Amino acid sequence: MDVNKNFLVGVFEDEDVLLAAVKKVRSGGVKIHEVYSPFPVHGLDEALGYKRTRLPIAAFLFGLTGTTLALTMQIWMLGYDWPMIIGGKNFVSLPPFIPVTFEMTVLLSALGMVATFMIVSDMKPYGSPRQFDLRSTEDKHVMAIDTDANGGKSKDEISRLLKEAGASEVNTKSFE
Amino acid sequence: MAHLQVADEQYIFRPETRNKLFILLGVGVALFVLGLILAMRSGGHHEEAGHGEGHGMIKTENLVASTEKAAAGDQEEHHAAAAEAGEGHHTKGWKERLFSSLWMNNVFFTGLGIIGLFFVAIQYAAQAGWSAGVLRVPLAMGNWIPIAGILMIVLYFTTGHDIFHWTHHDLYDANSAEYDPLINKKAPFFFWPGHAGGFPIFYIFRMVLFFSMWYWFFTMIKKNMLAEDLENSTSYWYKNRVISTWFLIFFAVSSSIAAWDWVMSIDTHWFSTMFGWYVFASWWVTGLATITLICAFLKDAGYLKVVNSNHLHDLGKFVFAFSIFWTYIWFGQFLLIYYANIPEETVYFIERMTTSPYSWIFYATLILNFVLPFLLLMTRDAKRQLSTLKLVCPIVIVGHWFDFFQMVTPGVMQQNGGLGFLEIGLALVFLAVFLLVALSNLAKVPLVGKNHPMLQESLNHHI
Repeated sequence: MDVNKNFLVGVFEDEDVLLAAVKKVRSGGVKIHEVYSPFPVHGLDEALGYKRTRLPIAAFLFGLTGTTLALTMQIWMLGYDWPMIIGGKNFVSLPPFIPVTFEMTVLLSALGMVATFMIVSDMKPYGSPRQFDLRSTEDKHVMAIDTDANGGKSKDEISRLLKEAGASEVNTKSFE
Repeated sequence: MAHLQVADEQYIFRPETRNKLFILLGVGVALFVLGLILAMRSGGHHEEAGHGEGHGMIKTENLVASTEKAAAGDQEEHHAAAAEAGEGHHTKGWKERLFSSLWMNNVFFTGLGIIGLFFVAIQYAAQAGWSAGVLRVPLAMGNWIPIAGILMIVLYFTTGHDIFHWTHHDLYDANSAEYDPLINKKAPFFFWPGHAGGFPIFYIFRMVLFFSMWYWFFTMIKKNMLAEDLENSTSYWYKNRVISTWFLIFFAVSSSIAAWDWVMSIDTHWFSTMFGWYVFASWWVTGLATITLICAFLKDAGYLKVVNSNHLHDLGKFVFAFSIFWTYIWFGQFLLIYYANIPEETVYFIERMTTSPYSWIFYATLILNFVLPFLLLMTRDAKRQLSTLKLVCPIVIVGHWFDFFQMVTPGVMQQNGGLGFLEIGLALVFLAVFLLVALSNLAKVPLVGKNHPMLQESLNHHI
């Protein structure tokens, strides 16, 4: 694909202005691609109309995988592959398996969540995360609007809307 | 953040609510009397049934006998004979069953009272803002502390020998057939500075000290909270933070020792270094479930407008997290004893896992206190809705009542313990009286501390 993705990037100084701008831009019929801010802004998720994350479901499934894996591993190793008498207990006895099972559940759940988050947020290895404006990691709030996805509105219209909503600058940015 | 106005709220303890609680009390008394009559009539029969319980019981007997033999040294013959007779020291009848049930319920409900105070203290010490709107509910539960204290002392003197094996003075007399060197070594813990086998000065001193200190801390914190209602000043919050910190330090020690005194000393030979935390964990999660449940019912009745699903979410997280915490402590205690496999330690679990009627309760508590709250409260939505909280909290409360039943009854009754109308009736009586005390005290003070410095934070709480 050699088609460039074109964005308009509005830069905001203040989180209250940003929050009002998000509502204004959305009610103006413009789809917002993403907002970047140097710190969490209360109410931004609701203003952007985001659905709640489904990460907990992923965590549960990863955890369940860990539980199953740990139990299967221990029962197979200590019960069938290489049975050993430890402390006079049965080869397959549940209580001593619980700590390992617990640890594996937590480990897979945690690592799985991190991996899922990284992939979903485009931060995977060899990925190229889009940086709309590096100042969003310092002191500016940045609103990115995909101009191609807002075909009904011209660049100038969107730009004017951003300025009216309180953006201190509006830049264009393209990615391959 | 918007500054939100709070309307004054006052809980009204309506006659209908009171009547419902009196009906609960009546049902409890009726079941209790019925259960007592049944227990009295089947007293002799029950013991015979006890003899024929099967392998589990015999195993326990052997274990008890072997440890006692080892302990008693030259008294082997006597103990072997006692074990063969099928009884440890006494014949257990309806009277022991009644006493053990009374004691167990009182320890359980003492927990609900003291956890009310503990919850409030935690919120002040942690400078928590979210909970400012719900604090009056746990505060009202704290009013149970003095009643629990009086009951505890009265019950100790009424039931003494029947519940606590260590109160028999023969155990400390080297010339007696009952002499027990292991218990003799523990004597100072009960009897210091008096002589072993006499009046348990140290034990009673601790009981009185704990309850009076808890009550003193409770009155101080309550006084400051109510004074704050009349005068808009942050000074009361600062005072309560200091008092709460001292209370938490005192409670850390006293709750552990109380658990050894009131619960662990029933199985006098047996000990577990985790027992203090175990009892605390059980009390704490029961208390959290009770606070949540009372809040849920108040919301249903149209009270507590300052509490919304965000606050319920936090309470639900507390119940969820500390159900897991209880399981962690439970398993920590179980695994070490299971692995080390020392007879004087395993006897505690063998008695509870293999003899009737404790066996099914042993596994049921794990399902009620871990599996169900873990699965039912796992999602965010479940913790934010009244319906799921009203389902899970009673499960947790009943589960931990069984947990306390398991801690106390086998130690007192051995294989003659029972779970019937007597136990259930008595639990309902305690529950009805506890709710009467807590709710009537809740109605005496404003339902929300309108001058609490963190109230705005609580109103704007959003998770």
